[in-house]
Amino acid sequence: MNPKIANKIADAVIYILVAIVVIILALLIGFILITGIPHISWHFLTSVSQSFSAGGGIRDQLFNSIYLLILTLIISFPIALGSGIYLAEYAPKNWFTSLIQTAIEVLSSLPSIIVGLFCYLLFVIEFQLGFSILSGAIALTFFNLPLLTRSIQESLESVPDLQRQAGASLGLSRWKTITGIIFPIAIPGIITGIILSAGRVFGEAAALIYTAGESAPAISYSNFNPFNPASFLNPMRPAETLAVHIWKVNTEGVTPDASQISSGSSAVLIIVILIFNLGAHYLGKHLYDKMTASK
Amino acid sequence: MAFKDYDFNDTYFATFDDEKALVTKDIQVYYGDNHAFHDGNLSFSRNKITALIGASGSGKSTYLRCLNRMNDDVARVTGQIMYRGMNINSSDVNVYEVRSHIGMVFQRPNPFAKSIRENITFALKQHGLKNKSELDKRVEESLRGASLWDEVKDRLDKSALSLSGGQAQRLCIARAIAMKPDILLMDEPASALDPISTKNIENTLNQLKKDYTIIIVTHNMQQASRISDYTSFFHLGHALEFDRTERIFTNPHVKATEDYISGNFG
Repeated sequence: MNPKIANKIADAVIYILVAIVVIILALLIGFILITGIPHISWHFLTSVSQSFSAGGGIRDQLFNSIYLLILTLIISFPIALGSGIYLAEYAPKNWFTSLIQTAIEVLSSLPSIIVGLFCYLLFVIEFQLGFSILSGAIALTFFNLPLLTRSIQESLESVPDLQRQAGASLGLSRWKTITGIIFPIAIPGIITGIILSAGRVFGEAAALIYTAGESAPAISYSNFNPFNPASFLNPMRPAETLAVHIWKVNTEGVTPDASQISSGSSAVLIIVILIFNLGAHYLGKHLYDKMTASK
Repeated sequence: MAFKDYDFNDTYFATFDDEKALVTKDIQVYYGDNHAFHDGNLSFSRNKITALIGASGSGKSTYLRCLNRMNDDVARVTGQIMYRGMNINSSDVNVYEVRSHIGMVFQRPNPFAKSIRENITFALKQHGLKNKSELDKRVEESLRGASLWDEVKDRLDKSALSLSGGQAQRLCIARAIAMKPDILLMDEPASALDPISTKNIENTLNQLKKDYTIIIVTHNMQQASRISDYTSFFHLGHALEFDRTERIFTNPHVKATEDYISGNFG
Protein backbone atom coordinates (compact mmCIF):
# COMPACT_ATOMS: atom_id res chain seq x y z
CA MET A 1 0.00 0.00 0.00
CA ASN A 2 1.47 3.32 -0.94
CA PRO A 3 1.88 5.98 1.76
CA LYS A 4 -0.67 8.28 0.19
CA ILE A 5 -3.49 5.75 0.38
CA ALA A 6 -2.44 4.65 3.86
CA ASN A 7 -2.56 8.25 4.98
CA LYS A 8 -6.01 8.75 3.49
CA ILE A 9 -7.34 5.65 5.26
CA ALA A 10 -5.85 6.79 8.57
CA ASP A 11 -7.39 10.24 8.14
CA ALA A 12 -10.78 8.74 7.34
CA VAL A 13 -10.71 6.43 10.38
CA ILE A 14 -9.80 9.32 12.69
CA TYR A 15 -12.58 11.50 11.27
CA ILE A 16 -15.12 8.71 11.68
CA LEU A 17 -14.10 8.13 15.31
CA VAL A 18 -14.35 11.83 16.07
CA ALA A 19 -17.72 11.97 14.32
CA ILE A 20 -19.01 9.10 16.47
CA VAL A 21 -18.03 10.94 19.65
CA VAL A 22 -19.58 14.20 18.47
CA ILE A 23 -22.80 12.48 17.34
CA ILE A 24 -23.24 10.66 20.66
CA LEU A 25 -22.67 13.87 22.56
CA ALA A 26 -25.02 15.87 20.33
CA LEU A 27 -27.74 13.22 20.56
CA LEU A 28 -27.51 13.04 24.35
CA ILE A 29 -27.47 16.76 24.97
CA GLY A 30 -30.06 17.34 22.25
CA PHE A 31 -32.42 14.75 23.71
CA ILE A 32 -32.11 16.12 27.23
CA LEU A 33 -32.58 19.71 26.11
CA ILE A 34 -35.47 19.02 23.73
CA THR A 35 -37.43 16.97 26.25
CA GLY A 36 -36.53 19.22 29.15
CA ILE A 37 -36.66 22.83 27.98
CA PRO A 38 -40.47 22.91 27.43
CA HIS A 39 -40.86 22.21 31.16
CA ILE A 40 -38.56 24.99 32.28
CA SER A 41 -40.36 28.13 33.34
CA TRP A 42 -39.69 30.97 35.69
CA HIS A 43 -42.12 29.33 38.09
CA PHE A 44 -40.21 26.02 37.84
CA LEU A 45 -36.92 27.71 38.68
CA THR A 46 -38.21 29.85 41.54
CA SER A 47 -40.65 27.70 43.49
CA VAL A 48 -40.03 24.98 46.05
CA SER A 49 -40.46 21.32 45.23
CA GLN A 50 -43.66 19.45 46.05
CA SER A 51 -43.76 15.93 47.43
CA PHE A 52 -47.27 14.94 46.48
CA SER A 53 -48.93 17.54 44.27
CA ALA A 54 -48.03 18.72 40.79
CA GLY A 55 -46.43 22.05 39.96
CA GLY A 56 -43.34 21.81 42.18
CA GLY A 57 -40.15 23.65 41.30
CA ILE A 58 -36.45 23.16 41.89
CA ARG A 59 -35.39 26.44 43.47
CA ASP A 60 -33.68 24.95 46.51
CA GLN A 61 -32.16 22.00 44.67
CA LEU A 62 -30.61 24.31 42.09
CA PHE A 63 -29.16 26.54 44.77
CA ASN A 64 -27.95 23.54 46.79
CA SER A 65 -26.04 22.16 43.79
CA ILE A 66 -24.22 25.44 43.31
CA TYR A 67 -23.61 25.99 47.02
CA LEU A 68 -22.29 22.45 47.38
CA LEU A 69 -19.88 23.03 44.49
CA ILE A 70 -18.59 26.20 46.11
CA LEU A 71 -18.14 24.55 49.51
CA THR A 72 -16.45 21.52 47.94
CA LEU A 73 -14.02 23.73 46.03
CA ILE A 74 -13.28 25.76 49.16
CA ILE A 75 -12.30 22.55 50.95
CA SER A 76 -10.61 20.67 48.14
CA PHE A 77 -8.84 23.34 46.09
CA PRO A 78 -6.31 24.44 48.74
CA ILE A 79 -5.48 20.82 49.61
CA ALA A 80 -5.14 19.88 45.95
CA LEU A 81 -3.06 22.97 45.23
CA GLY A 82 -0.67 22.15 48.05
CA SER A 83 -0.29 18.51 47.14
CA GLY A 84 -0.09 19.29 43.41
CA ILE A 85 2.72 21.77 44.02
CA TYR A 86 4.48 19.33 46.32
CA LEU A 87 4.27 16.44 43.85
CA ALA A 88 5.31 18.54 40.86
CA GLU A 89 8.03 20.70 42.37
CA TYR A 90 9.32 19.26 45.62
CA ALA A 91 8.74 15.51 45.79
CA PRO A 92 11.85 13.42 45.16
CA LYS A 93 11.38 10.86 42.41
CA ASN A 94 11.37 7.67 44.47
CA TRP A 95 9.15 4.75 45.45
CA PHE A 96 7.37 6.73 48.13
CA THR A 97 6.29 9.44 45.70
CA SER A 98 5.02 6.91 43.20
CA LEU A 99 3.16 5.18 46.04
CA ILE A 100 1.41 8.47 46.79
CA GLN A 101 0.63 8.92 43.09
CA THR A 102 -0.90 5.45 42.91
CA ALA A 103 -2.91 6.05 46.07
CA ILE A 104 -4.33 9.22 44.57
CA GLU A 105 -5.33 7.37 41.42
CA VAL A 106 -6.99 4.60 43.43
CA LEU A 107 -8.94 7.25 45.33
CA SER A 108 -10.35 8.58 42.07
CA SER A 109 -11.61 5.16 41.01
CA LEU A 110 -13.43 4.32 44.27
CA PRO A 111 -17.13 3.62 43.65
CA SER A 112 -19.08 6.64 44.80
CA ILE A 113 -21.54 4.55 46.80
CA ILE A 114 -18.61 3.24 48.91
CA VAL A 115 -17.33 6.74 49.56
CA GLY A 116 -20.88 7.84 50.38
CA LEU A 117 -21.36 5.07 52.95
CA PHE A 118 -17.91 5.67 54.43
CA CYS A 119 -18.62 9.37 54.86
CA TYR A 120 -22.05 8.53 56.26
CA LEU A 121 -20.52 6.34 58.97
CA LEU A 122 -17.61 8.64 59.76
CA PHE A 123 -18.90 12.18 59.34
CA VAL A 124 -22.70 11.94 59.52
CA ILE A 125 -22.83 9.46 62.42
CA GLU A 126 -19.49 9.38 64.23
CA PHE A 127 -18.63 13.10 64.02
CA GLN A 128 -22.34 13.97 64.30
CA LEU A 129 -22.35 16.34 61.34
CA GLY A 130 -25.72 14.85 60.36
CA PHE A 131 -27.13 14.97 56.87
CA SER A 132 -25.68 18.29 55.82
CA ILE A 133 -24.12 20.19 52.95
CA LEU A 134 -20.87 20.03 54.88
CA SER A 135 -20.95 16.22 55.00
CA GLY A 136 -21.75 16.23 51.29
CA ALA A 137 -18.90 18.60 50.53
CA ILE A 138 -16.48 16.40 52.47
CA ALA A 139 -17.65 13.32 50.57
CA LEU A 140 -17.26 15.11 47.25
CA THR A 141 -13.79 16.27 48.28
CA PHE A 142 -12.77 12.61 48.08
CA PHE A 143 -13.67 12.59 44.38
CA ASN A 144 -12.40 16.05 43.71
CA LEU A 145 -8.95 15.72 45.24
CA PRO A 146 -7.51 13.18 42.77
CA LEU A 147 -8.79 15.06 39.71
CA LEU A 148 -7.66 18.44 40.98
CA THR A 149 -4.32 17.27 42.36
CA ARG A 150 -3.53 15.44 39.17
CA SER A 151 -4.41 18.33 36.90
CA ILE A 152 -2.52 20.86 39.01
CA GLN A 153 0.52 18.58 39.14
CA GLU A 154 0.46 17.94 35.40
CA SER A 155 0.00 21.58 34.47
CA LEU A 156 2.93 22.58 36.68
CA GLU A 157 5.10 19.78 35.31
CA SER A 158 4.38 20.83 31.73
CA VAL A 159 6.06 24.20 32.32
CA PRO A 160 9.62 23.94 30.87
CA ASP A 161 12.46 23.60 33.38
CA LEU A 162 14.19 26.53 31.69
CA GLN A 163 11.69 28.81 33.44
CA ARG A 164 12.70 27.44 36.85
CA GLN A 165 16.38 27.87 35.97
CA ALA A 166 15.74 31.44 34.86
CA GLY A 167 14.06 32.16 38.19
CA ALA A 168 16.89 30.54 40.15
CA SER A 169 19.56 32.39 38.17
CA LEU A 170 17.98 35.70 39.20
CA GLY A 171 18.31 34.83 42.87
CA LEU A 172 14.61 34.01 43.35
CA SER A 173 13.69 31.38 45.90
CA ARG A 174 12.10 28.22 44.61
CA TRP A 175 8.78 29.19 46.21
CA LYS A 176 8.80 32.63 44.57
CA THR A 177 9.67 31.06 41.22
CA ILE A 178 6.77 28.64 41.54
CA THR A 179 4.16 31.18 42.63
CA GLY A 180 5.30 34.08 40.46
CA ILE A 181 6.52 32.43 37.27
CA ILE A 182 5.44 28.80 36.99
CA PHE A 183 1.91 29.05 38.41
CA PRO A 184 0.59 31.72 35.99
CA ILE A 185 1.65 29.58 33.02
CA ALA A 186 -0.18 26.62 34.52
CA ILE A 187 -3.50 28.42 35.08
CA PRO A 188 -5.32 27.13 31.95
CA GLY A 189 -4.56 23.52 32.90
CA ILE A 190 -5.66 24.11 36.47
CA ILE A 191 -8.95 25.64 35.25
CA THR A 192 -9.55 22.53 33.17
CA GLY A 193 -9.09 20.45 36.33
CA ILE A 194 -11.60 22.58 38.23
CA ILE A 195 -14.13 22.21 35.41
CA LEU A 196 -13.70 18.43 35.32
CA SER A 197 -14.12 18.14 39.07
CA ALA A 198 -17.09 20.52 39.05
CA GLY A 199 -18.83 18.28 36.52
CA ARG A 200 -18.38 15.45 38.98
CA VAL A 201 -19.87 17.51 41.82
CA PHE A 202 -22.91 18.59 39.77
CA GLY A 203 -23.53 15.08 38.55
CA GLU A 204 -22.90 13.09 41.71
CA ALA A 205 -25.92 11.49 43.37
CA ALA A 206 -25.02 8.20 45.04
CA ALA A 207 -22.49 9.61 47.50
CA LEU A 208 -24.76 12.52 48.38
CA ILE A 209 -27.81 10.44 49.29
CA TYR A 210 -25.99 9.32 52.44
CA THR A 211 -24.28 12.59 53.25
CA ALA A 212 -26.12 15.70 52.09
CA GLY A 213 -29.41 13.86 52.33
CA GLU A 214 -32.53 13.69 50.21
CA SER A 215 -34.59 16.38 51.84
CA ALA A 216 -34.81 20.07 51.09
CA PRO A 217 -36.27 21.79 54.15
CA ALA A 218 -37.69 25.24 53.65
CA ILE A 219 -34.94 27.85 53.71
CA SER A 220 -34.93 31.61 53.61
CA TYR A 221 -32.86 33.49 51.03
CA SER A 222 -33.04 36.67 53.03
CA ASN A 223 -31.40 35.18 56.11
CA PHE A 224 -27.65 35.71 55.70
CA ASN A 225 -26.63 34.30 59.06
CA PRO A 226 -24.88 31.03 58.23
CA PHE A 227 -25.45 29.79 61.81
CA ASN A 228 -29.21 30.13 61.59
CA PRO A 229 -30.78 26.76 60.65
CA ALA A 230 -33.22 28.46 58.28
CA SER A 231 -30.53 30.40 56.43
CA PHE A 232 -29.70 29.39 52.86
CA LEU A 233 -26.03 29.78 53.78
CA ASN A 234 -26.15 27.34 56.69
CA PRO A 235 -23.75 24.50 55.81
CA MET A 236 -25.21 22.22 58.49
CA ARG A 237 -28.69 21.85 56.95
CA PRO A 238 -29.66 18.82 54.90
CA ALA A 239 -29.63 19.68 51.25
CA GLU A 240 -30.93 17.75 48.29
CA THR A 241 -29.10 18.63 45.09
CA LEU A 242 -30.46 18.68 41.57
CA ALA A 243 -28.89 15.35 40.66
CA VAL A 244 -30.28 13.69 43.80
CA HIS A 245 -33.66 15.25 43.08
CA ILE A 246 -33.68 13.77 39.57
CA TRP A 247 -32.84 10.39 41.02
CA LYS A 248 -35.54 10.71 43.69
CA VAL A 249 -38.44 11.78 41.51
CA ASN A 250 -37.58 8.97 39.12
CA THR A 251 -37.41 6.25 41.76
CA GLU A 252 -39.79 7.17 44.53
CA GLY A 253 -41.55 10.29 43.24
CA VAL A 254 -45.31 10.23 43.72
CA THR A 255 -46.09 13.62 42.17
CA PRO A 256 -48.20 13.31 39.01
CA ASP A 257 -45.71 15.43 37.03
CA ALA A 258 -42.60 13.45 38.10
CA SER A 259 -41.38 12.82 34.57
CA GLN A 260 -41.75 16.48 33.58
CA ILE A 261 -39.83 17.56 36.69
CA SER A 262 -37.14 15.04 35.91
CA SER A 263 -36.79 16.20 32.29
CA GLY A 264 -36.81 19.85 33.24
CA SER A 265 -34.27 19.32 36.04
CA SER A 266 -31.95 17.41 33.70
CA ALA A 267 -32.04 20.21 31.17
CA VAL A 268 -31.37 22.80 33.88
CA LEU A 269 -28.47 20.72 35.17
CA ILE A 270 -26.90 20.51 31.70
CA ILE A 271 -27.36 24.24 31.14
CA VAL A 272 -25.83 25.10 34.53
CA ILE A 273 -22.84 22.88 33.79
CA LEU A 274 -22.39 24.53 30.39
CA ILE A 275 -22.61 28.00 31.92
CA PHE A 276 -20.11 27.02 34.62
CA ASN A 277 -17.66 25.58 32.07
CA LEU A 278 -17.82 28.60 29.79
CA GLY A 279 -17.58 30.97 32.75
CA ALA A 280 -14.58 29.13 34.19
CA HIS A 281 -12.83 29.14 30.80
CA TYR A 282 -13.50 32.84 30.38
CA LEU A 283 -12.31 33.70 33.89
CA GLY A 284 -9.25 31.48 33.49
CA LYS A 285 -8.34 33.09 30.19
CA HIS A 286 -8.82 36.54 31.66
CA LEU A 287 -6.62 35.67 34.63
CA TYR A 288 -3.98 34.07 32.39
CA ASP A 289 -3.90 37.06 30.04
CA LYS A 290 -3.60 39.42 32.96
CA MET A 291 -0.79 37.51 34.64
CA THR A 292 1.19 36.77 31.49
CA ALA A 293 0.52 40.01 29.57
CA SER A 294 -0.72 38.08 26.54
CA LYS A 295 -3.70 39.37 24.63
CA MET B 1 33.68 9.16 17.52
CA ALA B 2 36.47 8.36 19.88
CA PHE B 3 38.86 11.01 21.04
CA LYS B 4 42.58 10.62 20.78
CA ASP B 5 44.21 9.93 24.12
CA TYR B 6 45.59 13.04 25.70
CA ASP B 7 47.62 13.36 28.86
CA PHE B 8 45.50 15.26 31.39
CA ASN B 9 48.75 16.32 33.09
CA ASP B 10 49.86 18.09 29.93
CA THR B 11 48.41 21.45 30.92
CA TYR B 12 49.34 25.09 30.61
CA PHE B 13 47.85 27.90 32.66
CA ALA B 14 49.19 31.35 31.89
CA THR B 15 48.96 33.85 34.77
CA PHE B 16 48.26 37.53 34.44
CA ASP B 17 48.50 40.07 37.21
CA ASP B 18 45.32 42.00 36.47
CA GLU B 19 42.50 42.27 39.00
CA LYS B 20 40.49 39.08 39.42
CA ALA B 21 36.71 39.00 39.70
CA LEU B 22 36.46 35.29 40.44
CA VAL B 23 38.98 32.60 41.29
CA THR B 24 38.21 28.89 41.50
CA LYS B 25 40.41 26.45 43.39
CA ASP B 26 40.31 22.73 42.91
CA ILE B 27 36.68 22.46 41.73
CA GLN B 28 35.46 18.87 41.48
CA VAL B 29 31.96 17.90 40.32
CA TYR B 30 30.35 14.54 41.09
CA TYR B 31 27.08 13.21 39.74
CA GLY B 32 26.54 10.42 42.23
CA ASP B 33 29.67 8.28 41.86
CA ASN B 34 30.56 9.78 38.52
CA HIS B 35 33.46 12.22 38.85
CA ALA B 36 32.35 14.52 36.03
CA PHE B 37 34.75 17.41 36.36
CA HIS B 38 38.30 17.50 37.73
CA ASP B 39 40.55 20.12 39.25
CA GLY B 40 39.03 23.40 38.12
CA ASN B 41 41.71 26.02 38.87
CA LEU B 42 40.94 29.11 36.82
CA SER B 43 40.98 32.86 37.47
CA PHE B 44 38.73 35.33 35.72
CA SER B 45 39.95 38.89 35.17
CA ARG B 46 37.67 41.80 35.94
CA ASN B 47 35.90 43.45 32.98
CA LYS B 48 37.27 40.93 30.52
CA ILE B 49 35.54 38.25 28.50
CA THR B 50 36.81 34.75 29.13
CA ALA B 51 35.68 32.01 26.74
CA LEU B 52 35.45 28.37 27.75
CA ILE B 53 35.81 26.18 24.66
CA GLY B 54 35.84 22.45 24.09
CA ALA B 55 33.83 19.64 22.54
CA SER B 56 30.46 18.46 23.81
CA GLY B 57 30.96 16.62 27.08
CA SER B 58 34.14 18.51 27.90
CA GLY B 59 32.61 19.76 31.17
CA LYS B 60 32.66 23.47 30.29
CA SER B 61 28.94 23.99 30.99
CA THR B 62 29.13 21.85 34.11
CA TYR B 63 32.00 24.00 35.36
CA LEU B 64 30.23 27.25 34.44
CA ARG B 65 27.10 26.25 36.34
CA CYS B 66 29.15 25.72 39.50
CA LEU B 67 30.04 29.39 39.51
CA ASN B 68 26.57 30.58 40.50
CA ARG B 69 25.64 27.38 42.33
CA MET B 70 23.18 26.19 39.67
CA ASN B 71 24.46 22.65 40.17
CA ASP B 72 23.30 22.60 43.79
CA ASP B 73 20.34 20.31 43.21
CA VAL B 74 21.89 17.99 40.65
CA ALA B 75 25.50 17.43 41.62
CA ARG B 76 28.02 17.59 44.45
CA VAL B 77 30.58 20.32 43.97
CA THR B 78 33.72 20.55 46.09
CA GLY B 79 36.51 23.11 46.05
CA GLN B 80 36.55 26.85 46.52
CA ILE B 81 35.03 29.64 44.47
CA MET B 82 36.53 32.88 45.75
CA TYR B 83 34.47 36.00 45.13
CA ARG B 84 35.28 39.24 46.98
CA GLY B 85 37.38 37.29 49.45
CA MET B 86 34.61 34.85 50.28
CA ASN B 87 34.22 31.20 49.32
CA ILE B 88 30.78 31.19 47.71
CA ASN B 89 30.83 27.42 47.32
CA SER B 90 30.42 27.10 51.06
CA SER B 91 27.09 25.70 52.23
CA ASP B 92 26.44 28.55 54.66
CA VAL B 93 26.55 31.19 51.93
CA ASN B 94 23.19 32.70 50.90
CA VAL B 95 22.88 31.24 47.43
CA TYR B 96 20.14 33.73 46.40
CA GLU B 97 22.48 36.58 47.26
CA VAL B 98 25.26 34.94 45.24
CA ARG B 99 23.03 34.68 42.18
CA SER B 100 22.06 38.31 42.38
CA HIS B 101 25.79 39.15 42.03
CA ILE B 102 26.56 36.50 39.43
CA GLY B 103 23.95 36.50 36.68
CA MET B 104 23.38 33.87 34.05
CA VAL B 105 22.14 33.68 30.46
CA PHE B 106 21.15 30.27 29.12
CA GLN B 107 21.58 28.50 25.81
CA ARG B 108 17.92 28.76 24.83
CA PRO B 109 16.19 32.09 25.35
CA ASN B 110 13.88 31.64 28.35
CA PRO B 111 11.91 34.83 28.89
CA PHE B 112 9.13 34.59 31.43
CA ALA B 113 5.53 34.44 30.19
CA LYS B 114 5.09 38.03 31.26
CA SER B 115 5.32 41.43 29.64
CA ILE B 116 8.71 42.69 28.47
CA ARG B 117 8.72 45.16 31.35
CA GLU B 118 7.80 42.57 33.97
CA ASN B 119 10.50 40.22 32.74
CA ILE B 120 12.96 42.80 33.99
CA THR B 121 11.12 44.12 37.04
CA PHE B 122 9.85 40.84 38.52
CA ALA B 123 13.11 39.80 40.15
CA LEU B 124 14.01 43.39 41.07
CA LYS B 125 10.75 43.73 43.00
CA GLN B 126 11.39 40.44 44.79
CA HIS B 127 14.78 41.77 45.83
CA GLY B 128 13.10 44.79 47.38
CA LEU B 129 13.16 47.49 44.70
CA LYS B 130 9.68 49.05 44.79
CA ASN B 131 10.17 52.63 43.57
CA LYS B 132 8.30 53.00 40.28
CA SER B 133 10.60 55.56 38.66
CA GLU B 134 13.69 53.63 39.70
CA LEU B 135 12.17 50.47 38.19
CA ASP B 136 11.40 52.32 34.95
CA LYS B 137 14.97 53.59 34.89
CA ARG B 138 16.34 50.08 35.33
CA VAL B 139 14.11 48.79 32.54
CA GLU B 140 15.42 51.38 30.11
CA GLU B 141 19.05 51.08 31.20
CA SER B 142 19.13 47.33 30.98
CA LEU B 143 17.30 47.19 27.65
CA ARG B 144 19.72 49.77 26.27
CA GLY B 145 22.59 47.76 27.69
CA ALA B 146 21.35 44.70 25.85
CA SER B 147 20.83 46.77 22.64
CA LEU B 148 17.12 46.00 22.65
CA TRP B 149 15.60 49.31 23.76
CA ASP B 150 14.94 50.78 20.30
CA GLU B 151 13.18 47.64 19.14
CA VAL B 152 10.81 47.27 22.11
CA LYS B 153 10.41 50.70 23.70
CA ASP B 154 6.91 51.10 22.22
CA ARG B 155 5.66 47.73 23.39
CA LEU B 156 7.08 47.24 26.87
CA ASP B 157 3.75 45.94 28.15
CA LYS B 158 3.35 43.37 25.41
CA SER B 159 4.15 39.74 26.09
CA ALA B 160 7.83 38.82 25.92
CA LEU B 161 6.78 35.65 24.11
CA SER B 162 6.07 37.77 21.03
CA LEU B 163 9.79 38.53 20.58
CA SER B 164 11.97 36.76 18.02
CA GLY B 165 14.62 34.33 19.28
CA GLY B 166 17.42 36.89 19.07
CA GLN B 167 15.35 39.59 20.75
CA ALA B 168 14.24 37.17 23.46
CA GLN B 169 17.87 36.28 24.17
CA ARG B 170 18.80 39.96 24.44
CA LEU B 171 15.84 40.39 26.79
CA CYS B 172 17.32 37.59 28.92
CA ILE B 173 20.62 39.48 28.92
CA ALA B 174 18.77 42.67 29.90
CA ARG B 175 16.98 40.75 32.67
CA ALA B 176 20.33 39.52 33.99
CA ILE B 177 22.09 42.91 33.91
CA ALA B 178 19.08 44.69 35.46
CA MET B 179 20.14 43.02 38.71
CA LYS B 180 23.43 44.92 38.37
CA PRO B 181 25.55 41.82 38.83
CA ASP B 182 29.35 41.83 38.85
CA ILE B 183 29.73 38.81 36.70
CA LEU B 184 27.71 37.42 33.79
CA LEU B 185 27.84 33.72 33.04
CA MET B 186 26.75 32.78 29.54
CA ASP B 187 26.09 29.22 28.51
CA GLU B 188 26.33 29.19 24.69
CA PRO B 189 24.03 32.21 24.47
CA ALA B 190 24.04 32.39 20.67
CA SER B 191 24.03 28.74 19.69
CA ALA B 192 20.26 28.66 19.09
CA LEU B 193 20.26 31.86 17.05
CA ASP B 194 20.72 32.80 13.40
CA PRO B 195 23.94 34.58 12.26
CA ILE B 196 22.47 38.10 12.38
CA SER B 197 21.11 37.65 15.89
CA THR B 198 24.44 36.10 16.86
CA LYS B 199 26.26 39.17 15.60
CA ASN B 200 23.90 41.39 17.59
CA ILE B 201 24.59 39.39 20.74
CA GLU B 202 28.36 39.56 20.18
CA ASN B 203 28.21 43.34 19.71
CA THR B 204 26.18 43.54 22.91
CA LEU B 205 28.79 41.53 24.81
CA ASN B 206 31.55 43.83 23.61
CA GLN B 207 29.58 46.78 24.99
CA LEU B 208 28.88 45.01 28.26
CA LYS B 209 32.46 44.18 29.14
CA LYS B 210 33.03 47.80 30.17
CA ASP B 211 30.87 47.10 33.21
CA TYR B 212 30.84 43.35 33.66
CA THR B 213 33.14 40.40 33.91
CA ILE B 214 31.85 37.89 31.36
CA ILE B 215 32.49 34.16 31.28
CA ILE B 216 31.08 32.56 28.16
CA VAL B 217 30.83 28.93 27.12
CA THR B 218 30.85 28.49 23.38
CA HIS B 219 31.09 25.75 20.78
CA ASN B 220 31.92 28.29 18.18
CA MET B 221 35.68 28.91 17.96
CA GLN B 222 35.31 31.90 15.65
CA GLN B 223 33.02 33.43 18.23
CA ALA B 224 35.55 32.81 20.99
CA SER B 225 38.33 34.37 18.95
CA ARG B 226 36.18 37.35 17.95
CA ILE B 227 34.92 38.39 21.35
CA SER B 228 37.04 37.01 24.16
CA ASP B 229 40.20 38.31 25.85
CA TYR B 230 41.09 35.01 27.46
CA THR B 231 40.27 31.48 26.51
CA SER B 232 40.36 28.22 28.38
CA PHE B 233 40.27 24.86 26.63
CA PHE B 234 38.30 22.03 28.26
CA HIS B 235 38.49 18.32 27.46
CA LEU B 236 36.65 15.37 29.04
CA GLY B 237 36.05 17.05 32.37
CA HIS B 238 39.45 18.76 32.62
CA ALA B 239 40.55 22.32 31.96
CA LEU B 240 43.78 21.83 30.02
CA GLU B 241 44.90 25.28 28.99
CA PHE B 242 44.31 28.93 29.81
CA ASP B 243 45.87 31.86 28.01
CA ARG B 244 45.23 35.04 26.06
CA THR B 245 42.77 34.27 23.29
CA GLU B 246 45.14 35.17 20.45
CA ARG B 247 47.81 32.89 21.92
CA ILE B 248 45.37 30.00 22.26
CA PHE B 249 44.37 30.36 18.62
CA THR B 250 47.83 31.00 17.18
CA ASN B 251 50.30 29.31 19.44
CA PRO B 252 48.80 26.94 21.99
CA HIS B 253 51.09 25.11 24.41
CA VAL B 254 49.03 21.97 24.86
CA LYS B 255 48.76 19.33 22.17
CA ALA B 256 45.02 18.75 22.77
CA THR B 257 44.26 22.46 22.35
CA GLU B 258 46.25 22.61 19.15
CA ASP B 259 44.45 19.59 17.73
CA TYR B 260 41.08 21.00 18.72
CA ILE B 261 41.51 24.41 17.15
CA SER B 262 43.07 22.97 14.01
CA GLY B 263 40.33 20.39 13.63
CA ASN B 264 42.55 17.32 14.11
CA PHE B 265 40.66 16.32 17.14
CA GLY B 266 39.45 12.77 17.65
